[in-house]
Amino acid sequence: MVVIVDYDAGNLASVLGACREVGAEAEISGDAARVRTAERVIFPGVGAAGSAMRSLRASGVGAALVDAFQAGTPILGICLGLQISLDRSEENDTATLGLVPGEVRRFRLDDPTLKVPHMGWNAVRVVQEHPVLGGIEEGDEFYFVHAYRPVPAQARHVLAESEYEGAFCSALGCANLVATQFHPEKSGRVGLRLLERFLAWDGVWAGATC
Amino acid sequence: MGRRLGGRNVLSKRVIACLDVRDGQLAKSVRFVDTKNIGDPVEKAREYYLDGLDELVFYDITASSDGRKIILDVVEAVAEQVFIPLSVGGGVASVADATDLRLAGAEKINVNSAAVRRPALIAECADAIGDQNVVLSMDVRRVEPSEKLPSGYEIVIEGGRRPMGLDALHWAKEGEHLGAGELVVNAIDADGTRNGYELALTRLLSEAVRIPVIASGGAGQPSHLYDVLTEGKADAALVASMVHYGHYTVSELKRHLHQRGVKVRMSW
Repeated sequence: MVVIVDYDAGNLASVLGACREVGAEAEISGDAARVRTAERVIFPGVGAAGSAMRSLRASGVGAALVDAFQAGTPILGICLGLQISLDRSEENDTATLGLVPGEVRRFRLDDPTLKVPHMGWNAVRVVQEHPVLGGIEEGDEFYFVHAYRPVPAQARHVLAESEYEGAFCSALGCANLVATQFHPEKSGRVGLRLLERFLAWDGVWAGATC
Repeated sequence: MGRRLGGRNVLSKRVIACLDVRDGQLAKSVRFVDTKNIGDPVEKAREYYLDGLDELVFYDITASSDGRKIILDVVEAVAEQVFIPLSVGGGVASVADATDLRLAGAEKINVNSAAVRRPALIAECADAIGDQNVVLSMDVRRVEPSEKLPSGYEIVIEGGRRPMGLDALHWAKEGEHLGAGELVVNAIDADGTRNGYELALTRLLSEAVRIPVIASGGAGQPSHLYDVLTEGKADAALVASMVHYGHYTVSELKRHLHQRGVKVRMSW
């Protein structure tokens, strides 16, 4: 069973619907025990890092995610889920789960015509092969909504980049965790393909360990 | 590869379909007055999504407040089956209305008449759900420029029936200032005519604000979308009857734009 982690960070109907669309059984749960014993975890989320971390601490789900990660459970982080997998976020100056070394910083752009948040369809360029990103072709676009960008400490964890006044990390990977800054559940069939690959992935990646 | 037309921005131009929903059924208006039912919104939404649509807007034109709950069911069903961003409006008058729609699965919330009557609604919604998720939808008619309406465009509300004596250019800037993340500019003179968007109006507002502008009203041919995304400087083009009645498919529109050099998402 796939567990979609619920921690009061946005509507999860699309993530659940997308799992069903590609033929996976999934459930939404905010229960730490369910997360700890899940075969596979999707860690989505929109909203602010500070309140998300408070909720994850209060429910024990944050600790359960760390345990699941250490036990080798395949985990897909999406948007805020990706950001929280790093050490620290500039948003609300929050210490986050620290599954992957690195931090989250606000976009600071020189071009006054570029808006923050970065919102819309943008191309994703794979810079390091990974089983979950294997279906992405040149020019494929995904849907983004975010004001903060992930900055992994080590380049070996960067799986894909996108351009917004320069390149930023739009997908990262570390052992059995893979995470996207964009929303596969809102990115049409290109996004569903990524989800499908995650659902078939055994959590093993020959690239970076953590 | 040549430089793609269209923009201040690296993001793709969007084709958005607007589905007017009344009592849970799809309706299409002609110049905002007559509406007729033309099918199941969930089915249409899914058809367009599979054909490469970039975003969906549902506009609830249900008159009774009882009927309003139905839109939440429609939004929920669409969110589970349609995997592109979903924007919903019609009758949103409070943060609670916006929150209900968000919980049902809408990303973005459109405010319109209620924001004209009480502009603070925009700021309240921006605080509650994030400014990128608040869309200020404005219905605009052409008038003789005057001291009160210097741009020559006036805001109307209640489905186009009530002129407000409010200048459209002024309102667009105020909406941005209050925290709207996007503007929908609906030209009611062009609505349902299929004679093309109001290019001058769209360009005027696009040049006046930094937030994305979605052009609405008047699309009848693929070249109309091209015109409004280039000459009109819009970030997105909203279509309705031209796809609802099967005159064109979404993918035909996108291919047309792509072939003419507009940056649009072409793999789906």
